[in-house]
Amino acid sequence: MEVKKIATRDSYGNALVELGKVAENAVVLDADLSAATKTGLFRKEFPERFFECGIAEANLICAAAGMSTFGLVPFASSFAMFAAGRAFEQVRNTIGYGRLNVKICATHGGISVGEDGASHQCCEDFALMRAIPGMVVMCPSDDIEARQMIHAAYKYEGPVYIRFSRYGVPVYHDENFKFEIGKGEVVRDGKDIAIIANGITVAEAIKAAEILANDGISARVINMATIKPLDEEIILNAAKECKKIITVEEHSIIGGLGEAVCSLLSKKYPVPVQKIGVNDEFGHSGKASELLKEFGLCAENIVEETKKFLKN
Amino acid sequence: MNSEEKKALELFAIKIREGVVKSTHACNSGHPGGSLSATDYLTYLYNKEIRINPKNPKDADRDRFVLSKGHATPALYSVLAYKGFFPVEDLLTFRKLGSHLQGHPNMNLTPGIDLSTGSLGQGVSTATGMAKAAKFLKKDVNIYTLLGDGELDEGQVWEAVTFAAHYKLYNFCMAIDANGLQIDGATKDVMNTAPLDKRFEVFGSAVIEIDGHNFDELEKAFQFFHENKNSGKPTAIIMRTVKGKGVSFMENQVGWHGKAPNDEQLAQALTELENARKSILGAKE
Repeated sequence: MEVKKIATRDSYGNALVELGKVAENAVVLDADLSAATKTGLFRKEFPERFFECGIAEANLICAAAGMSTFGLVPFASSFAMFAAGRAFEQVRNTIGYGRLNVKICATHGGISVGEDGASHQCCEDFALMRAIPGMVVMCPSDDIEARQMIHAAYKYEGPVYIRFSRYGVPVYHDENFKFEIGKGEVVRDGKDIAIIANGITVAEAIKAAEILANDGISARVINMATIKPLDEEIILNAAKECKKIITVEEHSIIGGLGEAVCSLLSKKYPVPVQKIGVNDEFGHSGKASELLKEFGLCAENIVEETKKFLKN
Repeated sequence: MNSEEKKALELFAIKIREGVVKSTHACNSGHPGGSLSATDYLTYLYNKEIRINPKNPKDADRDRFVLSKGHATPALYSVLAYKGFFPVEDLLTFRKLGSHLQGHPNMNLTPGIDLSTGSLGQGVSTATGMAKAAKFLKKDVNIYTLLGDGELDEGQVWEAVTFAAHYKLYNFCMAIDANGLQIDGATKDVMNTAPLDKRFEVFGSAVIEIDGHNFDELEKAFQFFHENKNSGKPTAIIMRTVKGKGVSFMENQVGWHGKAPNDEQLAQALTELENARKSILGAKE
């Protein structure tokens, strides 16, 4: 059977249109990337509520912040590299320090940007955004979760960062799924090891768990769509019940989901953790699927690492 | 403006300058030079121009002021205190542990502060978003912001000025405190941004250049802002000012950018300001 694949940037664009119909104070800003970030869908439907900012991300972030002080709920859009990277200090000082109600929605996170290469492959955004006090940091794993996340972010009062992807992933949630900020989700139960993933790597983790099951290894898969605030309970339960944890993320192993998990466990319930991510190096050009294999963000590598980790 | 009104402004400005030197002296830190150059602008703005209510500092329909040169808090806090946003005694807690008067403005701590600023270039940029929102929501609200001339080195300022012109933010009034000095020296030597009038003009603003210590000229500048609204252009008021204005030994001295007066210097500054007050009152009789 053909599995339906959708990139979460498309989910973002579609969800903005849904939201625009029910939320009159939702506005969208973009930096000359509305075709790529998919905010163009909102622009077409609600041109009066779409504000083009040109290729000037620092000003975009601050303009969004200013709009929020008038009760508008701005969705500030660009690529992760520019929203979290170039405009980091604007996000930190104006949105973060001011505790302003801005939703920073960044597409094209991670190496799966593909052919554009390292300059556009942001693998540092979770680390940067996590370090800002009060910032909610999220990354959805499929279309259904992504769309619900947009509505949840709108309802939440305060600064939010969400990373979306340009890489299509299978839709594994059903329409009854209820997303909640700060709640992880056991998507497959298991007792030998827990694999905690987010974003496009959740699908790979599920695939890995299926392969491991054939080899007699029972792997629990947890989708950790909210990186901050972290769902401590689901991680501590996994540590107690599975004894070993593997984290998988399309992000540097420095400062992202893996380190958030380690930080919690080292304080409350130390167990061995193996981090799979981008190993302190830049990406490069190539097809997204090729890059994910090369950087080990694929089911095959998760299986291999899990087996090695369980032997040690 | 009649002579009585002008004298009232002059006397108010004396109190603000006293607040600047006292509050920076009390914590032995802060930025007196650029506060004193901005004092007359803030005095005029808060007494004659901006529509706000100290009893209801968060009134949704108030005008907004953004201190883009966020280090000029000693002047702004003094103005807010004397306008009744918080007790004047609080000024002596400036920059001290536990005070609501942070080194740079914090919108979540201090009544009357409309935006947390301090990182140069971001205040003016955020203020454009406020002006755009006010226009989008069809609110009769003006957005005022004060920039330093050194701040104009920041590229983000020019992103913001471009945005303001592109979206025809006629409700947006920038003022540039052009005291000609920044930390490392004269602005023309550190990074020359002259000519300011032509710069703002080619970036699409309506420009007026004034003496930033002359209340008649400040009045004229704000009239220009209001009369200019039909043009759809944002306004840039370029104010020629003197860093350290009103305290003789601080005037035009770059060293007083971020240094507090000691006990003797405070006493001398207060004597000078008291003499200035007497001279204004004397002239009244």
